[in-house]
Amino acid sequence: MAHRLSHLDTLASEAIHIIREVVAEFERPALLFSGGKDSAVLLHLAAKACWPQRVPFPVVHVDTGHNFPEVLEYRDQQVVKLGVRLVVGSVQEDIDAGSIVEQPVPGATRNRLQTYTLLRVLEEGRYDAVFGGGRRDEEKARAKERVFSLRDEFGQWDPRAQRPELWNLYNTRHQPGEHFRVFPLSNWTELDIWQYVEEQDLELPQIYFAHRRMVFRRSGMLLALGPWTKPRDGVASEQAFEATVRYRTVGDMTCTAAVESAAKTPAEIIVETSVTKVSERGATRADDRFSEAAMEDRKREGYF
Amino acid sequence: MELLRFATGGSVDDGKSTLIGRLLYDTKQIFEDQLEAVQRTSLSRGDEYVNLALLTDGLRAEREQGITIDVAYRYFSTPNRRFIIADTPGHTQHTRNMVTGCSTSDLVLLLIDARTGPTEQTRRHAMIASLLGIRHLVLCVNKMDLVGYSKARFEEIRGEFTGFSERLQVYDLTCIPISALTGDNVVDRSPEMPWYGGPALLDHLETVHIASDRNLIDLRFPVQLVIRPISSEHHDFRGYAGMIASGVLEVGDEVVALPSGFSTHVVSIDGPDGPLQEAFPPQSVVVRLADDIDISRGDMLCRPNNRPNVGQDVSAMICWMAERPLRAGTTFAIKHTTRWARALVRSLQYKLDVNALHHDSRASELELNDIGRIHLRTTAPLFYDEYRENRETGSFVLVDEQTNATVAAGMLRHPVG
Repeated sequence: MAHRLSHLDTLASEAIHIIREVVAEFERPALLFSGGKDSAVLLHLAAKACWPQRVPFPVVHVDTGHNFPEVLEYRDQQVVKLGVRLVVGSVQEDIDAGSIVEQPVPGATRNRLQTYTLLRVLEEGRYDAVFGGGRRDEEKARAKERVFSLRDEFGQWDPRAQRPELWNLYNTRHQPGEHFRVFPLSNWTELDIWQYVEEQDLELPQIYFAHRRMVFRRSGMLLALGPWTKPRDGVASEQAFEATVRYRTVGDMTCTAAVESAAKTPAEIIVETSVTKVSERGATRADDRFSEAAMEDRKREGYF
Repeated sequence: MELLRFATGGSVDDGKSTLIGRLLYDTKQIFEDQLEAVQRTSLSRGDEYVNLALLTDGLRAEREQGITIDVAYRYFSTPNRRFIIADTPGHTQHTRNMVTGCSTSDLVLLLIDARTGPTEQTRRHAMIASLLGIRHLVLCVNKMDLVGYSKARFEEIRGEFTGFSERLQVYDLTCIPISALTGDNVVDRSPEMPWYGGPALLDHLETVHIASDRNLIDLRFPVQLVIRPISSEHHDFRGYAGMIASGVLEVGDEVVALPSGFSTHVVSIDGPDGPLQEAFPPQSVVVRLADDIDISRGDMLCRPNNRPNVGQDVSAMICWMAERPLRAGTTFAIKHTTRWARALVRSLQYKLDVNALHHDSRASELELNDIGRIHLRTTAPLFYDEYRENRETGSFVLVDEQTNATVAAGMLRHPVG
């Protein structure tokens, strides 16, 4: 078609425009990288936005200490491949230093604890704009967040005091101490991400694709058998078994669940995603199940 | 697949959230766990039926008060199109959200309650859509089930609305009788209204022609970023990154850089996936030029014989978005394309009375959600076009220099005489 862009090209151009706007108007940007598919697409687009230069800003990883080894390996490969600087914020170090206290339950999730580490790393780096891979289709509170989302000096989000965001004219002005979270993938859906991964032939951590793994069921979710997650003694329903699974999201191992799937390629995942009945976060994230406002509450505190 | 962005408007109880819930539900975008959460909440609130509006009310305060506070963006697709909905609240005090939603939309969907007909809010939203240059307006007469699916009532409302919209700039108006609650004429044609011969809403959204809405005539390329790698590999590389605002740019084209006025020609264009022969909106590209001329962020490339207006004295319609009223004599930061400057509001020409479409030239200030015509003087020249001809180079925002809040959305008019 003459002079028409596909929806993926439109979304990619929009994301690149947003990234360049940050490079032009901020002094110290950084990119939050979890090793998940959204941050992988984001980093890929950042490389395109900066081409032919290297990505000039650092990649920040908040390490809960409960990682999938495949994801850490992937993170390190990507950092070398793109020649970007990696900054790691360790939740374990903050626990050891006594800055945060872990719940005294074996296998307790560190999901909420990582907000402290995140805010500490952002403050130490004096970053004024921090890219995140958040998408508005993920969750109802995210659906109302701006592309350029202002955080106060405590890193908090105030959903009722958001600035109107018009056209593609982003208001980047802020007071010292405040920073922006910037979400170039705001308008992407899970399906768009997979279509883009396929189109661009992007590498992702292996755990996104079907593999055999020892798992057990807890509250309807499939958790991996690992150093931090084990069936509880005497709970018959938590019998471990081997299954063919893949992950739809990548997070802390203690709260990220797998889905049973035989999809081995992005194309097969696209087919599955098109017919799936359960949302990405509903299927795989124990952290969003606490209450209907779980995400809103965490975001207000400064979460990703 | 093409992307269609649309905004929704209407009064508080016209059923927007229900309609969106219905569109998402009937196109199978709602996942089981999301529906279960809504069912649980509906049950605990004692609703008589599953309240699809709860699918879109994302913030705690919204669910508690049963209202929508902020623009919510929603996504769905059919085999033919990908859709982005800007769901805007219907309260008068949140009219600025309608402006926000419209600013990125191709189409506006306006809901009217069949029992009450067009309200002040309907007219206000239609006016805003027109002001924001929306070319396609879809009027959904909702709750047809509550007026016995009456053709006469539908025609009456259509007549009343058309009488008003004729005075606006609406290129394409489609009226559809629906029931968001029961799904009549939303995804499938309703058996209850055999007298209606038009398309169901989703059909219309899937087929409405939007490709020619873009301006492919007037080349405007606001420079976003100058790319000069400091490495031996790209020693002589000097590229200008940005998004094509309008027009088509081809390799070999002669271009003029503003404000310098120097002309040169295009040596190469690189898109996100590699070299391109030509680029068009809204592509993000890197352009290299034959001559090393002084160009920086905020400058603009155009054709020698098709240039934008260049000026520091500009006239614009604005929607005022702050609690503190706007008065002449105030200075703001202004962002226009990729350029920041300062702008002094020299005068308020008039305030627009949204209901009567009448100009109140005695007004001395604009309050929150008011729309009016102002004259501005900027510290640096703007390279701009009339908003109606070019959304990208015709729009701006004003920012309060003390609070950094975005306080106005502006649409430029032809130069002051």
